[in-house]
Amino acid sequence: MNKRRVSKGRLPVALVLPAVVGLAFLLVPLVGLLARTQWADLPSRLFSAEVGEALQLSLVCASVATVVCVVLGVPLAWLLARGDLPGRRFIRALVTVPLVLPPVVGGVALLLVLGRRGPVGELLDGWFGISLPFTTAGVVVAEAFVAMPFLVISVEGALRAADHRLEEAAATLGASRWLTFRRVTLPSVMPGVVAGTVLCWARALGEFGATITFAGNFPGKTTTMPLAVYLALESDPQAAIVLSVVLLTVSVAVLASLRERWVAG
Amino acid sequence: MLRLTAVALVAALALAGCSDTSTPGAPSSSAPPKVTGQVAVFAAASLTEAFGTIKKDFEAANPGVTVTFNFAGSSALAQQINQGAPADVFASAAPANMQQVTDAVSPVTFVKNELEIAVPKGNPGKVTKLADFADANRKIALCAEQVPCGAAAKKAFAAAGITAAPDTLEQDVKAALTKVRLGEVDAALVYKTDVKAAGADVEGIDFPEAAKAINDYPIATLKKAPNAPGAQAFVDYVLSDKGKAVLAAAGFSAP
Repeated sequence: MNKRRVSKGRLPVALVLPAVVGLAFLLVPLVGLLARTQWADLPSRLFSAEVGEALQLSLVCASVATVVCVVLGVPLAWLLARGDLPGRRFIRALVTVPLVLPPVVGGVALLLVLGRRGPVGELLDGWFGISLPFTTAGVVVAEAFVAMPFLVISVEGALRAADHRLEEAAATLGASRWLTFRRVTLPSVMPGVVAGTVLCWARALGEFGATITFAGNFPGKTTTMPLAVYLALESDPQAAIVLSVVLLTVSVAVLASLRERWVAG
Repeated sequence: MLRLTAVALVAALALAGCSDTSTPGAPSSSAPPKVTGQVAVFAAASLTEAFGTIKKDFEAANPGVTVTFNFAGSSALAQQINQGAPADVFASAAPANMQQVTDAVSPVTFVKNELEIAVPKGNPGKVTKLADFADANRKIALCAEQVPCGAAAKKAFAAAGITAAPDTLEQDVKAALTKVRLGEVDAALVYKTDVKAAGADVEGIDFPEAAKAINDYPIATLKKAPNAPGAQAFVDYVLSDKGKAVLAAAGFSAP
């Protein structure tokens, strides 16, 4: 996110070589995917009802999950960076648990708590008649669970790197903590928030394991693109490749346009 | 501590001795070449428990052999094998998936499996018959049509003239069963063997239409098997009387 210029001069081989290998490592599988795509099929697949449905569901769920993550995650990051909590390190480690947990396990954990027989799920069902598994809301829950750590870590890092003195100055000028957060802290960590939000959205969009475990798989309700890709792979690998390319294209387009906008503005 | 280890060692030696004395009878009929190394078996998820037992017996009968499993939906396994996964044996839950694998060497049907209704302990959804799967108010899990249990379910519903109202289409039979085990659904259509393997958590209900949707399970060695003698020995063991007994105990019926 920082707009730093590398001074002109010879680039160190020790950095360039691994960087190029790293780039190739990330891009070659993508090239493989694109090379095997039957491009002639792409338009017809893209506009087929099932793909449209899955794509729309994916975009909506990932976006709603991202909003949930921002609303809950930014305050959490602030608390971790600024609040004088006892056992802060431990809490920080706990926040990253969904990162290391296999998503399928995350899905089972969600079922055990929010499922029909889970302690929270039972209350939700009894009081409000809400049942999350096998619903679109369940997809959002699963995605938010897996994606939120990306946002929290990125915002917390930005907060810790930010200059405390500005906040202190605001406080000495009589600003309340809430005002300081809104007018001083948040603008100063905006790049971190944006980066975290983008990461969070991308992770939510690609979420598979927790979603299929917690929300199940039903076309139009919980079948997001990654689930559709997985099931297509079972019977029709060519369709799976095309679906992957569709998901890839849409996500790259969204991320690129977002970045453009934020960097320009 | 030391003493305990010593006891365990002695016990292990004694056990090894036992299996040694029992083996001379077995290999007289099969596998003259000495079988060693690793045998990679790609098997349908529904075979998890039965093959787990067979692995133990097979390894005990053939010291120096290790069987490694890759359990998943048969269609996913077929894809993996076609993409060059290093498999020695493929055991599929449906002939269709076996046919997808171009490398399979003369597949043989070794068991049959029948569908059964699985409900959580106590049957909270009061499911009694296949027609209850059409009730939108009940939570229902089925396998996706792409996997064998889903294809079989489709056949059963067609035979019964029922339009099912599932809430989720799971990616393999074990995933469907997990939803029953956790009580998240009122019923799922799984294999008899899965209900048996799930033990007390799950109750099984037979239904007459199951007879019209019986799955044949073919098994085959693979042309590019890294361990061809091991692959053949494992398939022979599965087809032997001992293997058949284990499969029958798991709830499979003879082909």
